[in-house]
Amino acid sequence: MDIGSAFASAFTLVVHFDSNLLEIVALSFQVSLCAVGVASLLGLPIGAGLAVLRFPGRTFIIISLNAMMGMPPVVVGLVVYLLLSRSGPFGTLGLLYSPTAMIIAQVCLITPIIAALTRQSTEELWNEYAEHLKSLGLGPWQSVSTLLWDARFSLITIILAGFGRASAEVGAVMIVGGNIDHVTRVMTAAITLETSKGDLALALGLGMILLALALSVNGTAFVINEAAKRRYG
Amino acid sequence: MAIGYLKCSTRNIFLSFILSVSFAVQVWPEENTILVASTTSTVNSGLFDELLPIFRKSTGVSVRVVGVGTGQAIEIAKRGDADILFVHHEPSEIAFINSGFGVRRYPVMYNDFVLVGPQSDPAGIRVADSVISAYRLIGKARPVFVSRGDESGTHKRSQEFWQEAMTDGAAFQEGHWYNEVGAGMGATLNIAQEMGGYTLTDRGTWEAFRNKGILEVLFEGDPSMYNPYSVIMVNQKLHGHVRVELATIFIEWLTSREGQEVIENFKINGRQIFFPIADY
Amino acid sequence: MVELPDFRLTGSTGDRPIRILPLTLEDVSYEVNGMRLIKNLSATFSPDTLSVVLGPNGAGKSLLLRLCHGLIEPTHGQIQWKERRSHIVRRFQAMVFQRPIMLRRSVFSNLEHGLRHRGVGKHERLRRIEEILNSTGLARLGRVAARSLSVGEQQRLAVARAWSLDPEVLFLDEPTAALDPAATHSLEKIIDNIRKSKTKVIMTTHDLGQARRLADEIFFLYRGRLLEHSSAESFFEQPKNDLAQSFLRGELLWWNRKELRPPQGSKGTRGL
Repeated sequence: MDIGSAFASAFTLVVHFDSNLLEIVALSFQVSLCAVGVASLLGLPIGAGLAVLRFPGRTFIIISLNAMMGMPPVVVGLVVYLLLSRSGPFGTLGLLYSPTAMIIAQVCLITPIIAALTRQSTEELWNEYAEHLKSLGLGPWQSVSTLLWDARFSLITIILAGFGRASAEVGAVMIVGGNIDHVTRVMTAAITLETSKGDLALALGLGMILLALALSVNGTAFVINEAAKRRYG
Repeated sequence: MAIGYLKCSTRNIFLSFILSVSFAVQVWPEENTILVASTTSTVNSGLFDELLPIFRKSTGVSVRVVGVGTGQAIEIAKRGDADILFVHHEPSEIAFINSGFGVRRYPVMYNDFVLVGPQSDPAGIRVADSVISAYRLIGKARPVFVSRGDESGTHKRSQEFWQEAMTDGAAFQEGHWYNEVGAGMGATLNIAQEMGGYTLTDRGTWEAFRNKGILEVLFEGDPSMYNPYSVIMVNQKLHGHVRVELATIFIEWLTSREGQEVIENFKINGRQIFFPIADY
Repeated sequence: MVELPDFRLTGSTGDRPIRILPLTLEDVSYEVNGMRLIKNLSATFSPDTLSVVLGPNGAGKSLLLRLCHGLIEPTHGQIQWKERRSHIVRRFQAMVFQRPIMLRRSVFSNLEHGLRHRGVGKHERLRRIEEILNSTGLARLGRVAARSLSVGEQQRLAVARAWSLDPEVLFLDEPTAALDPAATHSLEKIIDNIRKSKTKVIMTTHDLGQARRLADEIFFLYRGRLLEHSSAESFFEQPKNDLAQSFLRGELLWWNRKELRPPQGSKGTRGL
């Protein structure tokens, strides 16, 4: 097995529009996009809220969020599995081994990242704006919305970081998704499966495709970001 | 919802995007679906890829397979996250039923275990006369041996062989020849290939494995390397949601003439891998 | 240099009801880390005058403004507006800081931001913004990123932003400290217009010339104490307090507890 055969297998898959591959790619995108969407809805206001509000226990929460950025995905997967399992508290929902379970696990994984980085980003802005916003008589949540809009360019980068983490992880999606063919097999899980079957060339080929997709997502976001910056400053 | 912090139109676009994506993604289990917690060899060998579509065409029942090691599969079944357990370690299966997690085990098929190792065979097990003596030869020569170190059927059987072959437990710690990797069969084979080491594997996974490299089958055929697979339904009394009717259809089909023939006709590289044993 | 017309913000004429003034400070003190930065200060700010809080650097002028505006709380004493309800009091004030705080948006957006959060309707917002932009010489800069403006333009925008909220009291904290003479002149012209539109202005400065040009009444602060309060004419003609006299002569430039001694022979400095 060499890099050449990996490229070759990747190329063949793409050129023939291998339907299995398309299905896997589509599922991976859906799961990670959905996860990063929900995680942003939660993490952005939490992060900005932590920058603005002062309350007992705030420092502890900030430290915990920072620590949770380094959570191993497999641990998150395990915890979510135990929660969603039939023997667990949310078993009656029957969500295990479905894309929804994978989304939930990834949301748990990346919300702390988005929240912690948002807090960092908006805190600097808050130090600058605080007197002006207080003078205007804005309440905490109005201040949060002001900060989030003004920090929008760094927030795009933060959201992309979350998306990258979600689409790259394999521990959580394997445990709560089960790597079920046509149902919960995402790119990273497929790569793991092919590796365990010894088909290293195919595994690497899939890896290259994953990398190419990540590059295009980031490239597009960068271009949009730059264009927006130039227009609106 | 109090999401005033996004500009109005952006917020609406964003929300509708998320909602539509999540609806598209949520695949509610179709009515006729069961979940099987299975060992990896049935998945990695490709048996399920061939068998399940035929089953579905014949009965209209879809099967979702979570292919993990025997140990994890048993855990999943105990927790009621699967309808059916499909593994290959008799003592574990019997314990599962005796503890009330399962109702009855139905033998479905067997294949065999094989010892693989580097072509050069430093331990000389090609000429061993039994699997136990092969293990003894390995224990004496101490070439690299890769052990799965998980709760899988394969690993448990390997441990049973070791126990019979070696009395000196300390020998495993001396030197760096014995490597416990805590991995699935495929990953273990990859490691064995890289290190040029010996390991025990089931024939199904081996035949389908595409990174054989310098490894080849060095010892096989001992009757105690017989590797039977059984299917067990999770006890409905413990987990009320188990789909008893559909699971029963699956078990009946697997042990019927039709199912058994599919198993018999499954070949890799022209070679039959699994041998049906149900009486029908 | 920008030529600015005489301007009144339409909709706020002299007939506007006086809701929150007068502002009364009773024996207000402000302490930080054991240091008293404002000492037993009592004063009243009434409508219809442009009040200038004058004093050397470190006298506590900015602190006083922030106390009045409600950004910080006094450690002792009372700050009383005519209106008791604090949310109404907040609504009729606005403040401009020494260094302009610009949101990372366009000029237009900066203006719109405060108005929108105050609940001003879209139509009225657009009207006010257009008027303000014209009257502060920022007419063609609506879509420009606010942070790319010069400091003088940014400060004009900050004043415009505060004024567009139609406050009853406008606090200005050393508004021209960071500006060059041309920009200072433009801004003073705008402040004059604001005063003419019957908005109460309370501003701080250490610039005597500016105080002379703009003030109706002077509050002279030194080391956290209010030493003199009089009309502008009488202060500049005949200050009663001799520290004020020294200041007018250009002698008290900053306050340093250890280094500065009162000028020779001056009375009325005991207890400082």
